[in-house]
Amino acid sequence: MAISVKVMRRPEAGRTSYMRATLKGMSLTFKHLVRPTKVTLEYPEEQPDLHPRWRGTHRMEVHADGRPKCVACGLCPTVCPANCIRLTGGEDDQGNRYPIVYEIDEFRCIFCGMCQEVCPVEAIHVGQHFENAEYARDRFVYDLDRLMEQDHAVTLLWDPSDPRSE
Amino acid sequence: MGEMQELSTFWFVTVAAVKVVAVFTVVMGVVAYMTLAERRVSAFIQDRLGPNRVGPFGLLQPIADGIKNIIKEETMPGTAAKFYFVLGPALAIMPAVVTIAVIPFAAPLPTPVGTVDMVVADVPIGILYILALSSLAVYGIVLSGWASNNKYAFLGGLRASAQMISYEVALGLSVIAVLLLVGNVTLTETVWKQQQLGMWFVFPLSLAFVFFLISALAETNRLPFDMPEAESELITGYHTEYSAMKFSMFFIAEYAHVVTASALLATLFFGGWDIPFWTGDDMFRHESGWIRGFDEAGAPIPATPSVLITLLTLGAFCAKTGFFLLLYIWIRWTLPRFRYDQVMHLGWKVLLPGALGYVMLVAGTMLVLDQLEVPFGPVYGGVLTAVSGVTTLAFLLFVDRDRVIAGAHRKRNLARRRAGLPAEAGDPAVSS
Repeated sequence: MAISVKVMRRPEAGRTSYMRATLKGMSLTFKHLVRPTKVTLEYPEEQPDLHPRWRGTHRMEVHADGRPKCVACGLCPTVCPANCIRLTGGEDDQGNRYPIVYEIDEFRCIFCGMCQEVCPVEAIHVGQHFENAEYARDRFVYDLDRLMEQDHAVTLLWDPSDPRSE
Repeated sequence: MGEMQELSTFWFVTVAAVKVVAVFTVVMGVVAYMTLAERRVSAFIQDRLGPNRVGPFGLLQPIADGIKNIIKEETMPGTAAKFYFVLGPALAIMPAVVTIAVIPFAAPLPTPVGTVDMVVADVPIGILYILALSSLAVYGIVLSGWASNNKYAFLGGLRASAQMISYEVALGLSVIAVLLLVGNVTLTETVWKQQQLGMWFVFPLSLAFVFFLISALAETNRLPFDMPEAESELITGYHTEYSAMKFSMFFIAEYAHVVTASALLATLFFGGWDIPFWTGDDMFRHESGWIRGFDEAGAPIPATPSVLITLLTLGAFCAKTGFFLLLYIWIRWTLPRFRYDQVMHLGWKVLLPGALGYVMLVAGTMLVLDQLEVPFGPVYGGVLTAVSGVTTLAFLLFVDRDRVIAGAHRKRNLARRRAGLPAEAGDPAVSS
């Protein structure tokens, strides 16, 4: 036999049936036809349940007085594997560091969540949010104001003592 | 009552034109909503919801699809045979929509100008007309497959011709059993004889029904017999190169065929517009009037056509046809596609000899019954039901022996076993 010929494995006589299998199949499909539970999620009306560790669009936490929590330490642009964070830090007259420019290019971002993990003051977060369509490409670079405006839930960090978030 | 008031020529033509327009409109409407039903039923079978966005429950979806198909760009392959490429869809759709014309869909309707037959054209050749025209459908498919100048389209057309011609034989033979029992080829008489017999032909001719159902599936190119389309093998077969409304034409043709086949199944085997267990709706044109049946002495009992009976019988016909439409969809989303050799095997080696033998059996039984002078009624039907029931059971057990779906490997192994050799290695299912 030529090596390229694939021999189909077929069941033995008596194990396959023509009528019985057909009727069995018809009854199975009928059961599904009348089954009230469907898997379809009617999206805009119904929202999916996002996992607590779902990583989506970023969000910058703010202080009660509206200033960003970010202290411009520079850890997140350093750790970012996609190099999508642009940060220029500044210092006010009391010596507090704050970001002058803080931009995240959501196109380049790979949503690994390492910026959130590395942040010493829990300022930058990835969030449980995915509806981020825009009409223009430049709208995907989120500046500081935009990041502070986001109000969706933030992602839960992975806890090594509870690896499956139970 | 019972006197027949004949329509004058003027009214005959007017009523015929109204019936043509009405039936065509209804068939096209049913076809449009069959596409929606197919999508929603298939979705439900697969635990999805299907299109439910356009209008309430998605009821406006066919209209949206129609508008989309009309305003889409039509492509014409550069190497296509242009005349035949355009002719193909037209040829496909024509026989599909005209075959419905001879199917009676309700009891006669009394109108001020006379009693109107609820059938577009009660032609004396009835079933022959349907067989002749439905065979023409293959030309549209073969021509469009060939004219596309595409090897997949051509293969689809080729398969269509082989398949439809093969199953036409079994289809015709299964209808012969009905013709034997009716003694005529008009469909109005088919309905009448079922009312006379007191039972639908699905009982005395159960095996013919099975053959007809399978052949009708094959004739309409629906799964599990959609060899001409076979998406996974031939892209979409004969309509690969078609787009926009021409593509839509093939779908309208397919669904129109399904509607016709369902209506035909209902008429030939499920009493047409007959309402079961009620003789009040029995009605037939006999000599000069409408009759309900014959009394003991053989004198005709007159019947009175009424609007109510017409509406009720129309409802019965729609319900039966609707059931078969649903059955078509249900079968499509249950069964996988046959392999080409299996289609040919089933058609030529199972259905053809089976149908031939069955015609002989029915003819023989009827000959015996006629010789014994059994009147055409419940006893006559009962004997045929018993004979057919046993035969159908035997046939179903026969096809259940996995003959049709067994592959070459199994046959080879069976041959090896008969020769006393061990089964081929590498097949746990066989060697166990």
